[in-house]
Amino acid sequence: MHEIVAREDFSPTTFLIEVLHPRLARVARPGQFVMVMTHSEGERIPLTLADFSPSRGTVTLVIQAVGKTTFEMQRDCLVGGSLHAVAGPMGKPTELGQPRTVVCVGGGLGVAPVFPIARGLREIGARVIGIVGFRNRDLIFWQDRFEAVCDEFIVCTDDGSAGIKGLVTDGLRAAIAANTVDEVIAIGPPVMMKFCAEATRPHGIRTTVSLNPMMVDGTGMCGGCRVSVGGVTKFCCVDGPDFDGHQVDFDELIRRLARYRPEERIALDHWQAALAESAAAVTPASAAAVAPASAAAVTPASAAAVTPAGEARP
Amino acid sequence: MIRRTIRNIPQERTPIPTQEPAERVRNFAEVTLGYGLEDARREAERCILCPQKPCSIGCPVGIDIPRFIEKISAEDHRGAYDVLAESTLLPAVCGRVCPQESQCEAVCVVGDHLEPVAIGRLERFIGDMAVAEGWGGAADAAPTGHRVAVVGAGPAGLACAADMARSGCEVTVFEALHRPGGVLSYGIPEFRLPRRTVEAEVAAVQRLGVRFEYNTLVGRLFTIDELRDEMGFDAVFVGSGAGYPRFLGIPGEALNDVLSANEFLTRCNLMRAGEFPATDTPLRVGRRVAVVGAGNTAMDAMRVALRLGAEEVHCVYRRGRAECPARAEELAHAEEEGVVFHWLTAPVEILGDADGSVRGLRCLRMDLGEPDSSGRPRAVPLAGSEHDLEVDMVISAIGTNANPILGQTSRIGTNREGYITADADGRTTLAGIFAGGDIVTGAATVIQAMGAGRRAARSMRAYLGIVEPADRDVSDQSRPRIFGIDERQRTFTRIRVA
Repeated sequence: MHEIVAREDFSPTTFLIEVLHPRLARVARPGQFVMVMTHSEGERIPLTLADFSPSRGTVTLVIQAVGKTTFEMQRDCLVGGSLHAVAGPMGKPTELGQPRTVVCVGGGLGVAPVFPIARGLREIGARVIGIVGFRNRDLIFWQDRFEAVCDEFIVCTDDGSAGIKGLVTDGLRAAIAANTVDEVIAIGPPVMMKFCAEATRPHGIRTTVSLNPMMVDGTGMCGGCRVSVGGVTKFCCVDGPDFDGHQVDFDELIRRLARYRPEERIALDHWQAALAESAAAVTPASAAAVAPASAAAVTPASAAAVTPAGEARP
Repeated sequence: MIRRTIRNIPQERTPIPTQEPAERVRNFAEVTLGYGLEDARREAERCILCPQKPCSIGCPVGIDIPRFIEKISAEDHRGAYDVLAESTLLPAVCGRVCPQESQCEAVCVVGDHLEPVAIGRLERFIGDMAVAEGWGGAADAAPTGHRVAVVGAGPAGLACAADMARSGCEVTVFEALHRPGGVLSYGIPEFRLPRRTVEAEVAAVQRLGVRFEYNTLVGRLFTIDELRDEMGFDAVFVGSGAGYPRFLGIPGEALNDVLSANEFLTRCNLMRAGEFPATDTPLRVGRRVAVVGAGNTAMDAMRVALRLGAEEVHCVYRRGRAECPARAEELAHAEEEGVVFHWLTAPVEILGDADGSVRGLRCLRMDLGEPDSSGRPRAVPLAGSEHDLEVDMVISAIGTNANPILGQTSRIGTNREGYITADADGRTTLAGIFAGGDIVTGAATVIQAMGAGRRAARSMRAYLGIVEPADRDVSDQSRPRIFGIDERQRTFTRIRVA
């Protein structure tokens, strides 16, 4: 059991929790992920670390409610509550390498896990250009934190309500045009990472992406997270999650991520029905407040909670 | 008591009550229901208590089999349990999952003339009684003050942990998953090994004072070197298993609904996907499922697929039925339940449709040739034998590799395939660090892993300077040796191949 010591809501579906796990906080590195369980019979979901603090003894997760488990977390993960299991750090840390110019791109929920990478790069003396993308200004989070570790910081919004109007790939192209970029690290929905890799390919800029396939155990046991990289099958949980974006078969990844869509829908419907029933049994008036009203608008992808699956960017 | 002979013992093996195939393929309840008191007493009468005890020699943990059976005859069930407990902490598990037909029962003297004594069923009978009665689990040694870490709560780790706790050590088991048992929990299905049985036997290990820390991935959260050098453990046992699934390496493997038996079974067994959506982890099952491989894992996957509603389940294996590596009982049960076996058949391509789903499995027929490096006949493809099986799910059950995490994060010596280098007594290349089970040998059986865990425990006691109790037998070293020759090499008992 790991106590939740802080929570912050960024939007109606996106929220942050800070969880007590001193041993994990001490050894976690940028780019690693954890397997989380909300209760003893719950599912195991992979979540990339958004931050970790050895001094506070905590790790930070940013979650978007898209499926049954993440909606349940949105409802139940309150300060003073706890998570049943937080196992990790899983996966290989991001290679921070030598001081050089690196562009860190975060889209959707990829914004959170790219932050510790940007900070890590800053700490080794790299020149860091941060690019983050959101639908509109109301959804922006951690701008101050990024500004503190980036030499240059570009916000992209779909509607132009903040920063430049456009997708993160537009920001990326602008950054490449204005700078000599040695490496790009992109984290976000698969389709975003795919287009980032396409944007850098003509320039021959090394591009690292953090993949988020479905996982059951996260330790190399199930092989459900296998991805094709340069024509070779890799286990994301053990060999990744970072891979060469120019070698990844993104279309395959996107197809494989969709393979439990119908069941994810069933799980969410089942949970909401049970919730509505129990709420109706207590006080009919409170039911609407408990059930996430916006659920129908979001595609459930509980096993891929890192990705805001409903948000197709670009 | 009249001396028992082949002529005066009950001639027929006592049948074990079993669920009918047509009924059991629709549920996850146990297939074999276990002996009752009278069944066990009768079957125990069939042991002629021969003095040479070849069965004990055939047992990887060296259980004194005639002695525990004699106690059953005397209706001293607690005494029978105490005999078992000298050698195994998990009799209810081993009675169910050991391949007895190639171990103890293969060399049973009664078996030279009649069906061998049903040793496994008797072990299970006593194991289940011990679970029901809450026997076992009292630590008998004075505390030594030594701290021991065990990596992995599977069969090898549990056996080593139990032995070290009984020797007076303070033992902590670190497990990567959220439940104990390793393959007993994620791999073997409920109908063959109920969760409550695993839980009860793990509880017995806990009663010895062993602590379990779950969700702890050694190699990432801390390394095995750190356990010894920084975390204050005097000795470490690594029994992390080899559950890193192998895939076929044929075109079409990235299609949706192609998965490893490990994923399929983990979703169903560990994550309870059969109860979805009451539980959270789903598992889609095809209408027509092909499972590649014919070992115990393949049998488990096929029988789970049937229970989860598959209409047809096909087993595709490149060698013949005689070479099938599964336990005889599992193969028989799978056949009774309606699995279609394609012996001498090898897959060459998984066929997909436009949306990335599986639509078939392209296969070749094989012929058996000269033995290969494993000693089994090499399967040779027959020209022009290509044919397609119409299936919509393909499960790969062709074995496992070593999980690379520990090797990558420790200075411990590994071989070319990534398995930890250890001698027969579990000593690795690092002082104070021992290893055993699948992470050393590659995929083997539950009882072999337990045997390795116990031998490593013995080495660990020697390393820590703990004086060996006289009555604690751990297979090899304790076997009688005459003129330096191991008893097993002296015995003239025939080993029948099941």
